Amino acid sequence: MARIIVVTSGKGGVGKTTTSAAIAMGLAKKGHKTAVIDFDVGLRNLDLIMGCERRVVYDFVNVINGEASLNQALIRDKNCNLLYILPASQTRDKDALSQEGVGKILEELSKDFKYIVCDSPAGIEKGAHLAMYFADDAFVVTNPEVSSVRDSDRMLGILASKSRRAEQNEEPIKEYLLLSRYSPDRVKLGEMLSVDDVQEILSLHLLGVIPESKSVLNASNSGTPVILDEKSDAGQAYADIVARYLGEDKPHRFIDEKKGLFGKFFGSK
Amino acid sequence: MSMDSQKATYTSPALEFKSSTFSVPVLVLSNNDLLVIEQKLQKKVELAPEFFKNSPVVIDMQELNKQKLDVDISELATVIRKSGLLPIGIRGGNEQQNKAALALLIPIYSTHHSVSNNNQKQKAVTHPPEPKTEAVTTTLITQPVRSGQRIYAQGDLIILAQVSAGAEIMAEGNIHVYNTLRGRALAGVRGDTQTRIFCFDLQAELISIAGNYKISEDLNDSVRNKPVQIYLQEQTLIIKDIE
Repeated sequence: MARIIVVTSGKGGVGKTTTSAAIAMGLAKKGHKTAVIDFDVGLRNLDLIMGCERRVVYDFVNVINGEASLNQALIRDKNCNLLYILPASQTRDKDALSQEGVGKILEELSKDFKYIVCDSPAGIEKGAHLAMYFADDAFVVTNPEVSSVRDSDRMLGILASKSRRAEQNEEPIKEYLLLSRYSPDRVKLGEMLSVDDVQEILSLHLLGVIPESKSVLNASNSGTPVILDEKSDAGQAYADIVARYLGEDKPHRFIDEKKGLFGKFFGSK
Repeated sequence: MSMDSQKATYTSPALEFKSSTFSVPVLVLSNNDLLVIEQKLQKKVELAPEFFKNSPVVIDMQELNKQKLDVDISELATVIRKSGLLPIGIRGGNEQQNKAALALLIPIYSTHHSVSNNNQKQKAVTHPPEPKTEAVTTTLITQPVRSGQRIYAQGDLIILAQVSAGAEIMAEGNIHVYNTLRGRALAGVRGDTQTRIFCFDLQAELISIAGNYKISEDLNDSVRNKPVQIYLQEQTLIIKDIE
């Protein structure tokens, strides 16, 4: 049986798709057969981030409607042969998804894959609801900023009450906090919430902090998940997150401000 | 009128309407003999003269009218006043009685829920109310109450995790939050003024007991971010540290 991970947030623009792409790639790189599904029907993005936009033939909605088989729609990643992408339909909207259809696809994927990463659209409506409904684990992506934190809190409430696990009284979805676009310098200036502030409000297990980084935009533009940029801080942060999720013990990084050259040489703070 | 009071009218509104609930004794009559009523009233008043002295009273005519007994409202009012009580209303009267009461400047109150409808009664006979199998108990919540979630408890509500901003917790009884309270907490939502709210860390958006509420802006810094209990004293919310 596959483990189904939803990458969600409530708020838009916090880094869900970047995270989905990086996490899925990270899991596949660790040797686990992984599928990543774009639930953002009508606003398809994941294919761009994964660099497979030119190879899309069939999509998620085609499979739900029985117009294509799952194998026809799944796109194998060019960097890692254990990673498959199921793109969203750009010409339809979220109403094209049905709980039954999504459930069937996830069930079928579960037979063959170890991890299924569901990239949730923003909001709390149908698309986001279906993305999280069947999940076992939830990666809640939050920016260190009050409205993002509140939206995440709302999403956590939905995870706890409206998911399949909640409805069937099973063990609840495991929730993890991913704090993205974090900038220790700005936290120090009081312009951004700190890790501690966010954790106090959400009281959630912190899986990792992803620093604000130019490498994320570069990765998106070039269509390679940022985790493959091993030299970048964001890439390393995602690698840590995948390792921690798989049970490795990695100390948290990127929480304190970067020392300048001067500080590095003299070890002062 | 003195100069001072004239000045005052410019600076503040002369009056204000507010809604308030009072507990007033209701005099239910089942006999239309004024002499008997007078004697019975006298006896009652003698039992607690201080309590009844100038006490307001509402006259309830339902029972009398059901028995098709009439009484002169004006004479009845005189008898009641003689015993030291002040009639301030009438309910359940027929058209003529209500008219007479209004002529004496006694307002008419509706009998809404106390009116018993014949149809309802018949129903009640054929479907006797099921005995309550479950007593109202305490609701226990161990998971965080997140933004957008609402919890309603028929009895007391105990929450061991945090209550987030944008969440709403309501109880007919008391509310205990053994963690941070950031959302809205409403105790005694069916009007029980004796209920209280307890929390480990008060950062609430709104607190309310039996409809008497305070919003976050009204909370003094001296009571924030610490363990407090909140209760009602003469319709004022009191927030007190828990030592």
